[in-house]
Amino acid sequence: MAVLVLLIGISLLVAIGFLISFFWSVNDGQYDDDYTPSVRMLFDDELVEQKSKK
Amino acid sequence: MQKNSAETTANQICYHCGEDCESRLVTFDEKPFCCEGCSLVYELLSENNLCTYYTLDQNPGISRFQKKHDGYQYLEDADLKASLITFSNGIETHITFHVPTMHCSSCVYLLENMHRLNAGVIQSVVNFPRKEVAISFKESETSLAAIASLMSEIGYEPHISLASAEGNKPNLINRKRLFKIGLAGFAFGNIMMLSFPEYFSLGNYFDQNNLKYYFGYISMALSLLVLFYAASEFFITGIKGLLKGYLNIDLPIALAILITFGRSIYELRYGNGAGYFDSMTGIVFFMLIGRYFQDRTYETLSFDRDYKSFFPLSIIKINKGIEETIPVNKLKKGDHILVRNNELIPVDAMLIKGAGKIDYSFVTGEAEPVEKFRGELLYAGGKQVGGSLSLEVLKTVSQSYLTKLWNKEVFQERETQQYTFVQTISKYFTLVLFAITASAFFYWLPQDLPRAINALTTTLIIACPCALLLAATFTHGNSIRQLGKKSFYLKNASVLEKLAKINVIVFDKTGTITEAKFADVVYKGAPLSAQENQLLKVLFKNSAHPLSKRIYDFIKNDSSIELTTFEEIPGKGMIASYPNFKIRVGSEQFILGAMQNALLKESIVYVEINNAIKGYFSIKHVYRSGFASLIARLKKKFELMVLSGDHDAERSTLQFMLGDTTPLYFKQSPSDKLHKIETLQAKGKVVMMVGDGLNDAGALRQSDVGIAITDQANYFSPASDIIMDGRSFGNLYRFIQFAKTSKKIIVISFVISLLYNAVGLFYAVQGNLSPVIAAILMPISSISIVLFTTIATAISAKINL
Repeated sequence: MAVLVLLIGISLLVAIGFLISFFWSVNDGQYDDDYTPSVRMLFDDELVEQKSKK
Repeated sequence: MQKNSAETTANQICYHCGEDCESRLVTFDEKPFCCEGCSLVYELLSENNLCTYYTLDQNPGISRFQKKHDGYQYLEDADLKASLITFSNGIETHITFHVPTMHCSSCVYLLENMHRLNAGVIQSVVNFPRKEVAISFKESETSLAAIASLMSEIGYEPHISLASAEGNKPNLINRKRLFKIGLAGFAFGNIMMLSFPEYFSLGNYFDQNNLKYYFGYISMALSLLVLFYAASEFFITGIKGLLKGYLNIDLPIALAILITFGRSIYELRYGNGAGYFDSMTGIVFFMLIGRYFQDRTYETLSFDRDYKSFFPLSIIKINKGIEETIPVNKLKKGDHILVRNNELIPVDAMLIKGAGKIDYSFVTGEAEPVEKFRGELLYAGGKQVGGSLSLEVLKTVSQSYLTKLWNKEVFQERETQQYTFVQTISKYFTLVLFAITASAFFYWLPQDLPRAINALTTTLIIACPCALLLAATFTHGNSIRQLGKKSFYLKNASVLEKLAKINVIVFDKTGTITEAKFADVVYKGAPLSAQENQLLKVLFKNSAHPLSKRIYDFIKNDSSIELTTFEEIPGKGMIASYPNFKIRVGSEQFILGAMQNALLKESIVYVEINNAIKGYFSIKHVYRSGFASLIARLKKKFELMVLSGDHDAERSTLQFMLGDTTPLYFKQSPSDKLHKIETLQAKGKVVMMVGDGLNDAGALRQSDVGIAITDQANYFSPASDIIMDGRSFGNLYRFIQFAKTSKKIIVISFVISLLYNAVGLFYAVQGNLSPVIAAILMPISSISIVLFTTIATAISAKINL
């Protein structure tokens, strides 16, 4: 059962990984607008090729 | 492709904007348009293969009819530009515009395809909830002014406000809260996991090997992060409130967090438990989520155009006889500026030329213009009514001065003197909560210390008034949104509360309960020459009175000339001159000096050119659709009153519709209207005034709820609390009923959450409740309240609206 100590440590590390990726996505502006993308994806394909995405 | 104008048509809907084409029909590419502006936008879009715009939503365009087109040259001013843009390296520039007119997915489509209309645009990205578009463009190929006028041309006029020109980028997206939520959630989840052995008392192994303490210290480390970062705002606002001498609702939350944390540390060190770190982080996590949704609701509800947007950003400066447009904040003391009819005075200035008639209704609510003569001081914020004025600038503008003026007195006074229902409740609630907590603590203290502490923490957690606050916020938010869907726009949540309290409704007549359709304008009298027609058209263009607008529509000539002098006498008529012409138009009394024919069923506007009466325009009034049935309903519940600036030709018709007891007043001046409202209020009535916001701005301002009714969405009266689309006039009764239901919903949810609190408190004060359960119950109660209010308002909207 001593392995528990190690496992807990690893699980925390994994969780911290997710936390960091969450921070990253927030910082990247992914949560700034949660409506427009749902509209944008419905526009016809002819436009996508011309749109210069970052 | 052919282009032609037809004279009359029956109810063609503009392909671009969905407005009724009436007489202005322009056919292009076999599609109907209401005006040249709309067809030009269509032409532009079709040339660039952007017709998808029209397939995403029906008639998505913004009406181009009668839209003023301001130049955007002032945007090229280096300082102003620097304060607006977000990034520039000289080659590529980024700017974010606020575009209040975007309203549908077609708008997103068009705005994001701006690079196809202007090759210099690299990319444009829309943030729809915030109504913003972020544009990056190449400096070498286009300019800020060019982009702004392109947007304005296609109907998406960017809103460049003083706030943005001052460089305070309007409230940046608050990502901090998301970080905090993430951190608190992370800590909460992991601590819960570490607490499982504790929850289920798993075996001896756990106790023997000090694993409990190992887990406990990890939990403590995690919750330290929460305490110092995620929970910081509760402490900061709580202490701030305390310093200012009042208890706000963040204080009990901060205390509960602190006590739970302290107690957990104590138990970890001396006791035999892992503490209550899970509860502590849980409280923070759920509270933050609640706040996040609260913020989101507020954000979507922000009144699209605030007062500030009415202050001019650019002004015409006269420099040695040459007119140039410069940004307002570039004005220096001693500069000479030109202010034209219906323009706001941006700075304190001295009148040097022209007859001043200054309307301060935006600032004071008093609609009667004040006459000013040469050498007199004019304060910023007034609007010139009449001919152009030359002014000498007396004070340099700091933009914030204007803002301050706007927020001053009249507007502020009202906001602060009235505590809303919620504020009052939560103030006492916090006090009562502290009293209960303290008595529970001191009751148990002599007998049982752990129990006393338990009672203390659980009481603070369980009785947290967040459910109460959420109830009001969510109900208001949902209600305002539901009403907005029906083109009934409320300024803020307190208007909703007031709307539920009204007992007298006062109507203005012309333009409010009647609307004059274009087709009902007739000219009778001596024929007018082309030039006379042209002059009249320009004259009527200068006035915002509903009758003037109709006559303006009626006259077909172009209106590109400038009048030499112009004066509008509210409620009477207008006087203007042009080389070799002296024109007076207005009411019978104003032109003829006496009423000859009082029994006419229509409004008459007489025309007098060079002292000879030429004839008159007669405008037949049509009651707004749904007026009769609306009145029949309102009559039963409210006292009604009509205040009209017009003659009493329709007294008998109105009296019949409104019932014998309804007082009708005719020939009321703007100040008469104001006084009538004051008299009603002095009798303790809560008055709602429905007007068109033109000659009744004072009355709208004075009334408890002022509704400005508008047929063209681009007109806005800051004196009003509510803006209503003329087409939803017939639904007014439903709107009031809806507001009343909303109030009931709030009361019901208050009762529910008080019940939760009472039950929770019953156990908490006995010290029997564990903080974990308290921390679980608390968010459940909040969530159930939110669900209840959301569902209840949705149902109420279905029934009432």
